Amino acid sequence: MTPTLQVFLIVSAAMFSIGLLAALSRRHAIFILIGIEMMLAAANLNFIAFWRFGPQHQPPIGVMIALFSIAIAAAEAAVGLAMVIAVYRHYHTTNVDQLDQLRG
Amino acid sequence: MNSWIVSHLWLIPAVPFAASLIILSLSNARRKSAAALALFGQALALALSILAFVPTLQFPGFRSVQNFTWFTFGEETLRLGFVLDPLAAVMLVMITLVGLCIFLFSVGYMADDKNFTRFFAYLSFFSGAMLGLVIANSLLLLFIFWELVGLASYLLIGFWIEKPTAAAAAKKAFITTRIGDMGFFLGMLWLYGRSGTLLFYDGGSGCLESAGLAMLSASATFIALLIFCGAVGKSGQFPLHVWLPDAMEGPTPVSALIHAATMVAAGVFLVARVYPIFSVGAVNGVTSSLTVVVWIGVTTALMAALIAIAQADIKRILAYSTVSQLGLMMVSLGVGGVAAGIMHLLAHGFFKALLFLGSGSVIHGCHGEQDIRKMGGLRRLMPVTFMTYAAGMMALSGVPFFFSGGWTKEEILHATAHWPRSHAPYYLILAGVVLTALYMTRQIIYVFFGYTRAAAERSHESPRVMTIPLIVLALCTIFFSVVLTPAWPWLHGFLTGEPVHFDITHLIQPMLFVSLVLVSSGVGVGYWIYRKAGVQNEDRAAEIDPLEYAQPALFRFLANKMWIDELYDRTVIAFSWMGARLSDWMDRYLWDGLVRGFGAIGQLFGIFTTSVDERGINAGVDETTAGARGLGRMMSAAHSGQIQMYLGAVAIGMLALLLLYAWLA
Repeated sequence: MTPTLQVFLIVSAAMFSIGLLAALSRRHAIFILIGIEMMLAAANLNFIAFWRFGPQHQPPIGVMIALFSIAIAAAEAAVGLAMVIAVYRHYHTTNVDQLDQLRG
Repeated sequence: MNSWIVSHLWLIPAVPFAASLIILSLSNARRKSAAALALFGQALALALSILAFVPTLQFPGFRSVQNFTWFTFGEETLRLGFVLDPLAAVMLVMITLVGLCIFLFSVGYMADDKNFTRFFAYLSFFSGAMLGLVIANSLLLLFIFWELVGLASYLLIGFWIEKPTAAAAAKKAFITTRIGDMGFFLGMLWLYGRSGTLLFYDGGSGCLESAGLAMLSASATFIALLIFCGAVGKSGQFPLHVWLPDAMEGPTPVSALIHAATMVAAGVFLVARVYPIFSVGAVNGVTSSLTVVVWIGVTTALMAALIAIAQADIKRILAYSTVSQLGLMMVSLGVGGVAAGIMHLLAHGFFKALLFLGSGSVIHGCHGEQDIRKMGGLRRLMPVTFMTYAAGMMALSGVPFFFSGGWTKEEILHATAHWPRSHAPYYLILAGVVLTALYMTRQIIYVFFGYTRAAAERSHESPRVMTIPLIVLALCTIFFSVVLTPAWPWLHGFLTGEPVHFDITHLIQPMLFVSLVLVSSGVGVGYWIYRKAGVQNEDRAAEIDPLEYAQPALFRFLANKMWIDELYDRTVIAFSWMGARLSDWMDRYLWDGLVRGFGAIGQLFGIFTTSVDERGINAGVDETTAGARGLGRMMSAAHSGQIQMYLGAVAIGMLALLLLYAWLA
């Protein structure tokens, strides 16, 4: 099978859906973070795929955007994990069902 | 057949890695299959390593390189590769052979541990990482495996994670080596900036080949020293040696693996691998970077040997002896005896694994006791352990003729004696040789001779699964000498690519007598000092060390590891604590103060507006607010506080927008 844009988009959509499912259904905050990371990865894949199969692809542009996005994702993961730790210290749980102090 | 393994060199590290992954997926109860898998993986790696060793014998200076492209980035191509040369080949065989013995020993030693399967997964991982390091043909690939080795050591040193000291030791090992790795990383970046490639050998354009080295010019010294920082951290050289003795908190087979086959060998190997960078612009084989290597090595060798004399823990003595021997290897590399250094590394791999496994057997027999002052008389109770341990001790002390360590140590002394810059390192390491013989004699007397003291009373010989590796390693230690003697220095010729002739008249060298005198004086002095050790005396209690009795202040200085840990506590660690406190204070008072200041301004403004509001208030606003409040109550019901419900709403909204878009288009 030759790699076409469709293949990448389907893979990316699948990754996004899996990530979304994880973020929606898991109760542990870290698994939700993992789901979010998967959605980000799916978006990165789209970046690369559209750049690669787009009308003009100068060498670094698409990769560069993906690299930046990976760096931002890393920062986000660090902040997210730090928040999970802070939340855990405060509430002694990471189950998001029980973290509903912001309810109306 | 030969060329098959040469072009599939990656299989050698891949086998233990695969074994490790499979073991990790096993359940905790599958102990037998875990051990079998690890042993099988290691045996397969050994077989492949021997297969890879065979083609390197074809002609002197054999080198085969397999480069591949990792990724392309714009104009730049990042390439990695594997290399097979005599250096890599002998390391492969040594690592897998010693590793196999240690794996087998662990089956017995860890038999009662509840995390048996995890242990073997980590061990396989460790050995795979080290094998990858040895065959890497790119400084970057080497660095990747280097860090994997570091990770594995962290996992294994802290294997008994419920012991707080073990967890602290693992952290210390990881962070201390990381300081060195920082230098290594900077050196690597600098090298890449200068030469544009990190491949060692690349058909003439690699960074270790003449074209690449020519591009380095004056910066070579700094690059070499930065890379040496990494080696200092990994190989436990002064001033980053502090993690190595603490690493004894891990299970004994782990100590054996770290000290013999993997981890600490990596630093010496690294210096040997990038040796051309160290010797750029050498005059008479002397460069400033190599001089630094020599002096660091001499300091380490002597200091660690001194500290070892005053330690009471059987494994700590061995740990300091490793530090000391690694210093010796560094000296050898620094004075130009690369082959001698690597030969000592290999010989050391065998006998240090033997000594550690022997100490493991002793500890196992004494039911977990590690204090040599509480042992004694084990010679009769554990004969196999005693015999093999004695062989290891004599190899480490450098007894000539029958033990590999003696020949390689002689080779190092020979290389150091001819260093043109200074003779001081030669005399200092001569002192180190005497000290080595002295502290090993002390250990042997305490553990195996004299009266049987408390901890040794109910001891017994270890099961066969533990004694067989000891016997294999003892035989390796003795028969390895065959390829080391000056009469037929086959290994020397194999590593340097020089032709070798058999000439029995070369067997007796002047250096032989020098080391014979040194070793016998070390053993003799040791016997004289410690002959009554552990025996009640008219003016000395049994548990007081004779040296402690004679020189209490000196002994305390050495027993406390020259207070280097305390020095670091007071300086480096206290300094970073101060930095942390300062940041904390800044955050709390300076930035927080600013924020509070702005808050106060807002508050003042608020007071002002409140008064305006209260005076200008009217009923209409009240009405509106009542309505808004009702609306708000309605809306707030939707705010359940469940974050995933919000996310779901967002997802549904996005889906709706997509459908709308599809419908409109």
